Amino acid sequence: MNARVSISPEPPTNGEPAAPLFAACPLPISDHKEIVLAHGSGGKLTHRLIEKLILPQFHNELLDPLHDGAVFSLNGADVAFSTDSFVVNPIFFPGGDIGKLAVHGTVNDLAMCGAKPLYLSAAFILEEGLAMEDFWRVVQSMRQAAEEAGVLLVTGDTKVVDHGKGDQIFINTSGVGVVRAGVRIHPARAAVGDQIIVSGPIAMHGIAIMSVREGLEFETEITSDTAPLSGLVEVMLNAAPDLHVLRDPTRGGVTSALSEIAEQAGVGIWLDESRIPISEEVKGACEMLGLDPLYVANEGKLLALVAPADAARVLAAMRVHPLGEGAAVIGEVVAEHPRMVTMRTHVGGTRVVDMLSGEQLPRIC
Amino acid sequence: MCLAIPGKVLEIERNAQGLRMGRTNFGGIVKQVCLDYTPEVRVGDYVLVHVGFALSTVDEEEAERTYRLLAEMKQLGEIETPDAELTALATQGSAP
Amino acid sequence: MKYIDEYRSADLAAKLAAEIRRVVTRPWVLMEVCGGQTHTIVKYGIDYLLPREVELVHGPGCPVCVTSLEMIDKAHAIARRPDVIFCSFGDMLRVPGSDSDLLILKSRGADIRVVYSPIDCLKIARANPGKKVVFFAIGFETTAPANAMSVWQAREQGITNFSVLVSHVLVPPAMEAILQSPNNRVQGLIGPGHVCTVMGCEEYEPIAARYHVPIVVTGFEPLDLLHGVLMTVQQLEAGRAEVENQYPRVVKREGNVAAKDLMQRVFEVCDRKWRGVGNIPQSGYRLRPEFHAHDAERIFQVELIATQESSICISGLVLRGAKKPHDCPAFGKECTPEHPLGATMVSAEGACAAYYAYGRHLQARPATREPELARP
Repeated sequence: MNARVSISPEPPTNGEPAAPLFAACPLPISDHKEIVLAHGSGGKLTHRLIEKLILPQFHNELLDPLHDGAVFSLNGADVAFSTDSFVVNPIFFPGGDIGKLAVHGTVNDLAMCGAKPLYLSAAFILEEGLAMEDFWRVVQSMRQAAEEAGVLLVTGDTKVVDHGKGDQIFINTSGVGVVRAGVRIHPARAAVGDQIIVSGPIAMHGIAIMSVREGLEFETEITSDTAPLSGLVEVMLNAAPDLHVLRDPTRGGVTSALSEIAEQAGVGIWLDESRIPISEEVKGACEMLGLDPLYVANEGKLLALVAPADAARVLAAMRVHPLGEGAAVIGEVVAEHPRMVTMRTHVGGTRVVDMLSGEQLPRIC
Repeated sequence: MCLAIPGKVLEIERNAQGLRMGRTNFGGIVKQVCLDYTPEVRVGDYVLVHVGFALSTVDEEEAERTYRLLAEMKQLGEIETPDAELTALATQGSAP
Repeated sequence: MKYIDEYRSADLAAKLAAEIRRVVTRPWVLMEVCGGQTHTIVKYGIDYLLPREVELVHGPGCPVCVTSLEMIDKAHAIARRPDVIFCSFGDMLRVPGSDSDLLILKSRGADIRVVYSPIDCLKIARANPGKKVVFFAIGFETTAPANAMSVWQAREQGITNFSVLVSHVLVPPAMEAILQSPNNRVQGLIGPGHVCTVMGCEEYEPIAARYHVPIVVTGFEPLDLLHGVLMTVQQLEAGRAEVENQYPRVVKREGNVAAKDLMQRVFEVCDRKWRGVGNIPQSGYRLRPEFHAHDAERIFQVELIATQESSICISGLVLRGAKKPHDCPAFGKECTPEHPLGATMVSAEGACAAYYAYGRHLQARPATREPELARP
């Protein structure tokens, strides 16, 4: 299954100076000759793709932290900039649609930098044959979501591809926001003793999508939790401007988000399984399909790493906000096992929580 | 292997192909389950479901009995914790 | 969730662990047969709760792992065909054959669909009369009733474009193969609770007697497993070798008669090759002649591709409980779920994959200090 591919520039044969190939560097050694679906699931393969193929080509101090967005100084203001693409299928699902997701996604990435989101761009890639009615619904939904989040859509682009070359609609949104003074959110700020807070019950979005996926359908009240988190982040920052880390656990779930932070900050993370909030229904769906909720996507939740002295105050502030009602402390940053996430299980045993390499699939075993 | 979970049967009917099917509740989510292998099942019973088929009813009495057995298991006075074991070994070692 | 949550109580788990500790007087080697049980043990860290005298080794109870390479290659050959809609449980999608896996084939245009239940395939077959719908019917006896029903219904309803690729495996012959092997260390067995829900416990009684090995038919929740371990250790300490039922809330001694009945009508016992172990006589099911019209192996005359397993893979030893995943020098290095070298790493339920998923390649035993979380 191993494949090693390298490209090297060929020497000139006609006395002309050598024209560089599109990239004079050899393709990094990769186990895969082709992109596979797992490269997009937010787990190990995604990270490897970014770290081995993309990051080395562009690396700079703004990109390297691989946080949800980049924060830089511009004319005295701290500006946050982020981008996100949406390819979800089906495009309409319980609790939302691809448009709503696209607006919330970038709003949330900016919020995870501690920024107030201000301006969004939206680029559409539409598949020939997409029903006009469907596109209209998506656009309407985006308008509503942008209004609710207090952001303006200020620029965009629209392209159409041949039928069969795009899964109905792909959307990219990018955004800018401003970080208020005194706020410095960065994975490197994770410190031993930091309390890990989740804003509410997990795994809702992923399960909502599964429930309408062909071959797995089931009746449920579960809807996607997609929501703009900037308001919640604002009340958290009001309670404690010195939040250390914020991350929204989207694809790859809570595990991906925490593993990334542990890796980037070089710290250990310890979780208590019995403290992790999850609804009965989501639990039921996960049990039935054999899925682990820790790996299932969330679209309206955040994780916060907070200094112990601030934890109680931040938690209290979150709980009076509609998007933080179910907030709970689920773990702590520890000095042991750096770069690793471990968990005390329901029965008092321990396990390591490691990122998956690809998508989690339903199982019978 | 053999991922099978218990669910509560809400409704029973025959489908278009004549199979006995039950709308079954798993902690709030509901899925159609084939009940042909559990002809004795009634609405309100719990069944153990594997890949869309009920393989058995969950016997409430047996479940309670097992659970009570576990809950009432007495922990004897001299619980041998690892620390206690080590102390015991150490004192044995130093006995004349 | 009822009948699940109460079997995950930390207090009762501690009690059970303490009781095991109290009862045990010497080392014992126990094997849990089912991959699902292995999964629970590793996921909840149950082996870390047991006293060191009790060693759990993991059995061959992962039908996905033990599906032979030849069968997987056949599946891939069929799935590649443009006239086929290939349906499978999620578990099989990432299992590599000699050169590919179903997910890769899907990315190259093959119509491959995950289903929750084999009966869903009949809907797909009816909706696609121009295509041949094939279902990859793997599993132990637990899954056989569902697979049998799908074939039976296909015949009853005249769905001629539906067929199954059968690779069923049976537990008792595998259990005997393990107990018979010259270096066998297993002294007690945690029996397969869901297999026995279908088959009952009776067929294990001669095995317990012949090899003088206690077999405790056990469930899948953490408390079930701890309770099963306790009952097995109690028998071992007392020198007994009986079949006991830890899981009476769903397992009856005679099993599910209706299910066994249909299985008998659709399947017959045959020899089967187990990946990592080899051929075990009379250890599988195949379709009876009356159902050959729905037998994918016959419909698609697939040429056997020469297969080759990795030479450094020790999955045969892991499946027999003779070695643990971390005993293998390739574990976590050359052999990971992304590039598995053999049977026990190829599926999420294999012992090596389970160990890997729960981070056992990263550390041997976890740190013991537990933080006190802020209580709001």
